[in-house]
Amino acid sequence: MTPMDAKRPLQLNDQGQLRHFLSLDGLPRELLTEILDTADSFLEVGARSVKKVPLLRGKTVCNVFFENSTRTRTTFELAAQRLSADVITLNVSTSSTSKGETLFDTLRNLEAMAADIFVVRHADSGAAHFIAEHVCPNLAIINGGDGRHAHPTQGMLDMLTIRRHKGGFEKLSVAIVGDILHSRVARSNMLALKTLGCPDIRVIAPKTLLPVGIEQYGVTVYSDLAAGLKDVDVVIMLRLQRERMTGGLLPSEGEFYRLFGLTEQRLALAKPDALVMHPGPINRGVEIESAVADGPQSVILNQVTYGIAVRMAVLSMAMSGQNAQRQLNQEAEESN
Amino acid sequence: MRTAILGARVIDPSSNLDQVVDLFIDGGKLVAIGQTPVGFVAEKIINAQGLVAAPGLVDLSVALREPGYSRKGSIASETLAAAAGGVTSLCCPPFTKPVLDTPAVAELILDRAREAGHTKVFPIGALSKDLAGEQLAELVALRDAGCVAFGDGLDTFRSTRTLRRALEYAATFDLTVIFHSQDHDLAEGGLAHEGATASFLGLAGIPETAETVALARDLLLVEQSGVRAHFSQLTSARGAQQIAEAQARGLPVTADVALYQLILTDEALSDFSSLYHVQPPLRTRADRDGLRAAVKSGVISAIASHHQPHERDAKLAPFGATEPGISSVQLLLPLAMSLVEDGLLDLPTLLARLSSGPAQALRLPAGRLSVGTAADLLLFDPQASTLAGESWHSKGANCPFIGHCLPGAVRYTLVDGRISYQA
Repeated sequence: MTPMDAKRPLQLNDQGQLRHFLSLDGLPRELLTEILDTADSFLEVGARSVKKVPLLRGKTVCNVFFENSTRTRTTFELAAQRLSADVITLNVSTSSTSKGETLFDTLRNLEAMAADIFVVRHADSGAAHFIAEHVCPNLAIINGGDGRHAHPTQGMLDMLTIRRHKGGFEKLSVAIVGDILHSRVARSNMLALKTLGCPDIRVIAPKTLLPVGIEQYGVTVYSDLAAGLKDVDVVIMLRLQRERMTGGLLPSEGEFYRLFGLTEQRLALAKPDALVMHPGPINRGVEIESAVADGPQSVILNQVTYGIAVRMAVLSMAMSGQNAQRQLNQEAEESN
Repeated sequence: MRTAILGARVIDPSSNLDQVVDLFIDGGKLVAIGQTPVGFVAEKIINAQGLVAAPGLVDLSVALREPGYSRKGSIASETLAAAAGGVTSLCCPPFTKPVLDTPAVAELILDRAREAGHTKVFPIGALSKDLAGEQLAELVALRDAGCVAFGDGLDTFRSTRTLRRALEYAATFDLTVIFHSQDHDLAEGGLAHEGATASFLGLAGIPETAETVALARDLLLVEQSGVRAHFSQLTSARGAQQIAEAQARGLPVTADVALYQLILTDEALSDFSSLYHVQPPLRTRADRDGLRAAVKSGVISAIASHHQPHERDAKLAPFGATEPGISSVQLLLPLAMSLVEDGLLDLPTLLARLSSGPAQALRLPAGRLSVGTAADLLLFDPQASTLAGESWHSKGANCPFIGHCLPGAVRYTLVDGRISYQA
């Protein structure tokens, strides 16, 4: 029997440019670097008194959030506005789907309103892939987080944070601590770090919070926080959801904090200039001590600022890749 | 109608027959193999040189979707698809609406199947009322209405105590119980085999132990109750090993596997294609190899399509929101022939797992070619190929094999000597 035929990667156009941004899986290092370089250039825009560039003038960006979000949603809104796009944001969890409308129909309706870009957050892993493949292939689809699968703009803003503070990735040790199992941020970070050449990626968690087959990401697993933090350059803490205490994943917040919480004392095991990162929202006293979250090594708020620039980069790149593909298709049609 | 089938290579696994001989059919029965009976004048002659004649295939699980889910399939459409796949007898699972837990539903299915006339249909009744796992269905009344076995599918009993009683009650009347062993609790919320692929995709996993823990319990309860048991839809190598061990210690249990489990693995999920969303889930290469070995050795004596047709919308959503199942009964023969083509099984063994094996597991009057039995048979060309999807009779197009070129092509399917499908 013949195997499935090899498909062009869903998120790239025929010229290898980004046309959707769904996951960091399969994206080459050059493309990730291009995103970071573009984001760097947009950081200057944010520092100007007039914070707008006309790259998406006349385009409509539609933020469709099937799951709650504050940071991701507002930074996507700001990013689109700074690119001069028209922006609408829908919190669908409270509107259409409660009336029984399917994801397919909701998005088709929005597409009919002449949207150009969808930013989608959804609780189902693979939702953004589904939309890009089956619902609106001709719009630029940006994944704002799908289930446990991927949160690629968070991954890239974390990479931008690391690169701006550490210069590069080739000599770094990076530790990711906490609930890896349920974390799309952790998955995107592991992929990004690997692609960008980080030689030492560590994950630190109890077995109940680690996915089976974690080795495939090329990471080293630690169950002891002290050993895992030793001499690292970057510590990425993950949010621990309260509901993890039920169902036997963890005995209590207190025990988790005792074993895996980041305190000043434990941070001292890392390199003296180690960065402390967190995708937010943080649980003070559950995964991180306030003194560390607000301390001199914390870049948690810088991450938020960089998030806008990364989202501007991704929105503009995907729109341009989608436009290029449209042109290619048109030319192909005309020559037929 | 007197029919002569001339020149086919006749393979009947149950009698170890494998030679080029003529077959003679009269009154719906096979009346001679080899010599023309005295006075036999054929009204119809099928020249079958180059074709293989085999017992019509027996498929232990084909969801017909009627009553209740006519948007997914109908008895007429799905039995026609089955006939095109070489099937002459099939069992339909009790997941209908209303559930197949009353004689009325069994009768409705049998009536419509007879009316359609494409295959023989043997319903599987619910073991508990409404598949709720609390109160027993009227098993004897269902048997009298034509149900050949009883099971609750993956909706297994929450209470082990109630399950035990159900088995004892079934054993009283020598009824066969079908298990789809999967521990509810361990599988809860899962979408795919718990392994590297599911982890990478962020899909909640169903561990192998969901199958093996339930199997261990079910085998012990079978042993204690003495009920006739058949284990359906095995997915793991270790599960097959548990069945082998049970058989080795003398437990008369049989098992089947979904044909797609012998071909696909969880790696197929890598682009979130909902066509590969099945329950119980696709597992690893090692599991697939273990299942193949168990089919070869006979520990698993039946291969079934576990055909589950769906309407388009059921698969048009993010992976986790789609309905599980593959529509595949129409490809039963050519998909199975790919196992022969790949050197995994020889042709007589394959045909045994598709006819006599499943028929014996549920004591069905089917699955063999012998003088005096119903002329349910299949003629196929082993050298030709089938382009999957070129013709399609099932209402469900949810089949990942569509577009593939598969070995072997069904030419005729005969039920009671009558041609029910001709390519």
